[in-house]
Amino acid sequence: MNKNYNFAFLDEGSKREIRRAALKAVAIPGYQVPFGSRELPIGRGWGTGGIQLTLSLIGPDDMLKVIDQGSDESVNAVNIKKFVGLCTDIETTTDTRKATIIQTRHRIPEIPLTNEQILILQVPIPEPLRVVEAREEVTKKMHAEKDYAPMWLQLYESLVKYKRVTIASEYPCMVEGRYMMNPSPIPKFDNPKLHKAECLYLFGAGREKKIYAVPPYTEVVSLAFDDIPFEKESFTGKICRLCGSADTYLDEVFDAQTGERVYQCSDTSYCQEVRSRAAR
Amino acid sequence: MQLDETPVLTVRDLTVRYGEGCSGCGQGMEKNRCPVCGSVWAANDVSLDVFPGEVLGIVGESGSGKTTLMRSLYFDIAPTSGSAFLRGYRDGQKNIWDASPAERRTMKNNIMGMVYQNPVMGLRMDYSAASNIAEKIIAAGSRNAGEMTARATELLEAVEIPVSRMSEMPKSFSGGMQQRVQISKALANNPALLLLDEVTTGLDLSVQAKVLDLIRRIKVKYGVSILLVSHDLAVIRMLADRTIVMLDGKIVESGLTDQILEDPQHAYTQQLVHSLI
Repeated sequence: MNKNYNFAFLDEGSKREIRRAALKAVAIPGYQVPFGSRELPIGRGWGTGGIQLTLSLIGPDDMLKVIDQGSDESVNAVNIKKFVGLCTDIETTTDTRKATIIQTRHRIPEIPLTNEQILILQVPIPEPLRVVEAREEVTKKMHAEKDYAPMWLQLYESLVKYKRVTIASEYPCMVEGRYMMNPSPIPKFDNPKLHKAECLYLFGAGREKKIYAVPPYTEVVSLAFDDIPFEKESFTGKICRLCGSADTYLDEVFDAQTGERVYQCSDTSYCQEVRSRAAR
Repeated sequence: MQLDETPVLTVRDLTVRYGEGCSGCGQGMEKNRCPVCGSVWAANDVSLDVFPGEVLGIVGESGSGKTTLMRSLYFDIAPTSGSAFLRGYRDGQKNIWDASPAERRTMKNNIMGMVYQNPVMGLRMDYSAASNIAEKIIAAGSRNAGEMTARATELLEAVEIPVSRMSEMPKSFSGGMQQRVQISKALANNPALLLLDEVTTGLDLSVQAKVLDLIRRIKVKYGVSILLVSHDLAVIRMLADRTIVMLDGKIVESGLTDQILEDPQHAYTQQLVHSLI
């Protein structure tokens, strides 16, 4: 651990402010709480919201896991782990079950998380209504008045044009029937995992300076019309080429030389677990 | 004129003033502007009633306050003073201009329908025609896509827009078609009151006739009350049961349309009627 820095890089005052914002977010599920996003040795918009949450929550007994698009080994994940390691000396893991804090980008792990775990998501655009309204002043009012008709209209327009809802990620959902929330760019495959989950979900947007939360056992319902139910991605007929799973979110890998398309689990740690179970 | 029926809309002493106003306002006005303080009285003490199923016409020259009245009713402008009551809002007991933003939205979606002179104001030009109608239905609380499509189909048929074009955007429609989409959007939730602001201005004669004919049929079919603003006396003669004449923000004459057009009392009305080519 580099002794020139405070434990977990940020000063204690900053950590306290971020924790206060997180507590407020937990108290008002789905509501975006503004916070003073700190400077970090990484550009804003590169996961700084998630990192600030991680740094302000982490203690000497924690076990950290960082994933980027499901992978424990990608550049972003490895560097964040190195950075946290440099200023805390805490242990990191790739095992989803062992981790107490999991920072993630674009995915929620395949195995259900427990009440002992916190999942921290990096969020680029926290405002679900941004696609229909550019002005923050107006979206704030829309949330206050629960005026979500323009978002529903967006969904309907997609039905008129393409006969189905075409949003693939950042699929908006209603939290406890009150606030509309952007679940960060997770595929809609992961949306149901937010509903009545055991773990705490925290969302941090460093560039946009917002923190929001889905506490355990919160109702999170993806937007859908009464007569057209919400549908997640289907991988019917496809299985992971490594572990053979048929019920996970699969990445498509394309070989330009042979033109062959293969599929494998996006959640690398889950894929490994299935394989090692099979090997035993 | 006193009727026993409860009016759909009652407006009392509506005033919209731009500027501070002064003690000299009202005397020696230059049209609707006070020469002392420079305040503009866009609407000055306007009162009127609209009864169920009737068409109330409003005529007057540009700047006479017609559009100010309409925009105030549709909450696009906040009036300086005055009150208005809608039969569908709290039994007509509460001033609509004291309502909360959420209540205002409910009124705009469920009780009133607005058709602007310029379709750009009333339509989302880059959303399909069907979505433009669905927007109103969604805002009124429905979450059933099938019902929305059925209603959009019915309304677009009623205004003679081919259903095959319902997934196209109004920006690729002609002016007359855009105006008809706007009318069908305004009708989406069966409003009790339709506000029509110069709907035929700028359309060519044959399209004008079509739109007027459509409004007539809508009135009969849906029994909706209409507040119709126009500076075209032919339109007023054809559609309005009663007519109000506005000048410089004030109502100068009101009565049955025939009466106003055949036997105008106020000097301005006389001039207006005799200006007809």
